[in-house]
Amino acid sequence: MTDSPSDNSHSVATETIRRSLARRYRQERHFRRWALSAVLAAASVVTLLFASIISNGYSAFQQTYIRLTIYFDPALISTPDSDPAADIPRVLITGDYQGLIKQSLRTRFPGIGKPREKRDLYALISPGAAYLIRDMLMERPDLVGSSKVLWVPADDDVDMLIKGHIRRDVREDERRLTDHQLAWIDQLISEGALKKRFNGAFFVHGDSRDPELAGIRGAAMGSLFTLGITLALSFPIGVAAAIYLEAFAPQNRWTDLIEVNINNLAAVPSIVFGLLGLAVFINFFGMPRSSPLVGGLVLTLMTLPTIIIASRAALKSVPPSIREAALAIGASPMQAMFHHSLPLAMPGMLTGSIIGMAQAMGESAPLLMIGMVAFVADIPQNLSDPSTVLPVQIYLWADSPERAFVERTSAAIMVLLGFLITMNGLAVVLRRRFERRW
Amino acid sequence: MNTLSEDLLISRRIGLSISTEDLDAAEVAETNRDTVGDYTVFDPKITARDVNVFYGTKQAICGVNLDLGNYEVLAMIGPSGCGKSTFLRCLNRMNDTIAECRVSGKIHLDGENIYHQNIDEVLLRARVGMVFQKPNPFPKSIFENVAYGPRLHGMTRDIGTLWDIVESSLRKAALWDEVKDILEQPGTSLSGGQQQRLCIARAISINPEVILMDEPCSALDPISTAKIEQLIDELREHYSIAIVTHSMQQAARVSQRTAYFHLGDLIEVGATNQIFSDPLHPLTEAYISGRFG
Ligand SMILES: Nc1ncnc2c1ncn2[C@@H]1O[C@H](COP(=O)(O)OP(=O)(O)OP(=O)(O)O)[C@@H](O)[C@H]1O
Ligand SMILES: [Mg+2]
Repeated sequence: MTDSPSDNSHSVATETIRRSLARRYRQERHFRRWALSAVLAAASVVTLLFASIISNGYSAFQQTYIRLTIYFDPALISTPDSDPAADIPRVLITGDYQGLIKQSLRTRFPGIGKPREKRDLYALISPGAAYLIRDMLMERPDLVGSSKVLWVPADDDVDMLIKGHIRRDVREDERRLTDHQLAWIDQLISEGALKKRFNGAFFVHGDSRDPELAGIRGAAMGSLFTLGITLALSFPIGVAAAIYLEAFAPQNRWTDLIEVNINNLAAVPSIVFGLLGLAVFINFFGMPRSSPLVGGLVLTLMTLPTIIIASRAALKSVPPSIREAALAIGASPMQAMFHHSLPLAMPGMLTGSIIGMAQAMGESAPLLMIGMVAFVADIPQNLSDPSTVLPVQIYLWADSPERAFVERTSAAIMVLLGFLITMNGLAVVLRRRFERRW
Repeated sequence: MNTLSEDLLISRRIGLSISTEDLDAAEVAETNRDTVGDYTVFDPKITARDVNVFYGTKQAICGVNLDLGNYEVLAMIGPSGCGKSTFLRCLNRMNDTIAECRVSGKIHLDGENIYHQNIDEVLLRARVGMVFQKPNPFPKSIFENVAYGPRLHGMTRDIGTLWDIVESSLRKAALWDEVKDILEQPGTSLSGGQQQRLCIARAISINPEVILMDEPCSALDPISTAKIEQLIDELREHYSIAIVTHSMQQAARVSQRTAYFHLGDLIEVGATNQIFSDPLHPLTEAYISGRFG
């Protein structure tokens, strides 16, 4: 009907496109540069963070030990009126192990008479050394009466001196170590009897008032128990709720109300969940205070909205044609969900759950409310033992005055980050596995 | 640059060819929309009476009466958006999955109202299979795609029989030779046309009584199309088939009866050769002579 476009209009159109192309490519270059600089900025901040944490914390993985020759004096270990042969372990519990160490130190540095100097000498060794000797004897009662060379942990002030955090060049009364103590330490060093060794205790001990004895094990176990409960409850409940809301719930005002509430819950400050846990789980149901059980329940409440929202989004992103295909071949709605939609949505659900779990892992505020901030020296053995968690432990140590807790704080952060990285790695592996199935 | 301007040119030419020429818009609006021709058959498998479908407040199907006979192929033709897919989806209650969709009227399968509350949709959909307009294979292996239905309905517990079902279904869908060596690969990795044939194989794997096909050949080359048409012809011996198509030639080749839809109305229904050689309604006549659509 009309004639075809002339050659002239062609070249005009081409020219217009060519001009706009240059602009489009320029925009693209700009955008790339912006994106790259954003990524670099983020990466450098993360690097800085890691560098500062690691440089502060790596020294906590070493601890100063002192070599002592200890004579397991039967006179100090068993009291005269008890019969050692009859009930050895009972006797061993009450032995004067501090006395053994003092004795050994006195023979090491003879000729110290003044009580004050003696006290300074004894202060070189960690008070926890006595318990180590006790535990050793409990295991091998036959050692009583013999003597043995042992490496025992030094006091945290000695440790700090060796690690360079206590200066020698200030006046004696401004220093945490006396001139005498410095001389003894130098003597021990020159004899090779004072050394930094790997701090295995950090990974096997619970919390302690003495930094050289404080370990991460208690908090790590607490975190493990707490997160175990959180995961075991929030993932199935969250996914089930998302499935129900997404595929089976009738569309009415009630479901709208529920949806609005779930979205609101995701924005509630976490400490409120702590208050709720205190009121409901501890005061009403009478569950044990400070326990991973209550902590896990509280964190479940906190994580559920995140998981539900992420799971619903994952389900929504599954193309409806897949579900229709399943229904059309005679699958029930349930089968269509579990055979097709759910596996397809699983990677997204896992991502959401991992984000929720990582959040829960780093959460401390709600746990403060339910008493998981208490000083707990024992390592929790089950879900109702009092315990604390890694972030709360970090908070507690960061709050402690001793210099040696500074490095332990950073070390605990490193352990927490290690946990998180492991968890995320696990999530990636899981996601791969699910993705490979189709 | 060249190809771009060529594309522009081509699209302009297409734009020219789509103009409606002779048929006056007023004439279309005023013509009677009552169904012309006999919508009943002697031996019906499905009978639809006074079917109305609404999407929200919008009516997509207006009072359609139509029968699908046993062992016949019924073609549904009509311009895009006239409600062919919507009507087809009523026949296996797939419209139930759309929240805002409401269906009224009576649809009987073997004399049973399929919208009666006692009817099990799952069983209904196993009896009335469907091939969708857009290929929608499961993101699973080709084998799993076809084996899913038989396994779901417990048609076989024996893996050998299952293999036989998969092979024969794929053969019937003219896909076997292309995929017999890659059965473990995902169905989504096939080409569009292959995916559509996979969906056909999946639909016939459970031996439905009725097969609803929504433009099964729209993405296929002439050779595959010929194979599918041959399959439809063979299936007719045992099943009833309703097929939506935009190809008048295809409708003429495979169907015994043809129904022409227009804006939600069933305009004309009759024997295929009568519709194509001697349409009674002016709208039908306009459509099949290619004057609009
Ligand atoms: N899910 C839906 N929601 C709302 N409206 C819909 C929906 N599906 C279809 N419609 C409307 O119903 C009418 C009929 O659609 P339908 O898909 O049945 O057309 P069709 O005849 O199959 O067209 P085509 O040949 O293009 O496939 C259209 O106007 C469309 O806009
Ligand atoms: Mg359609």
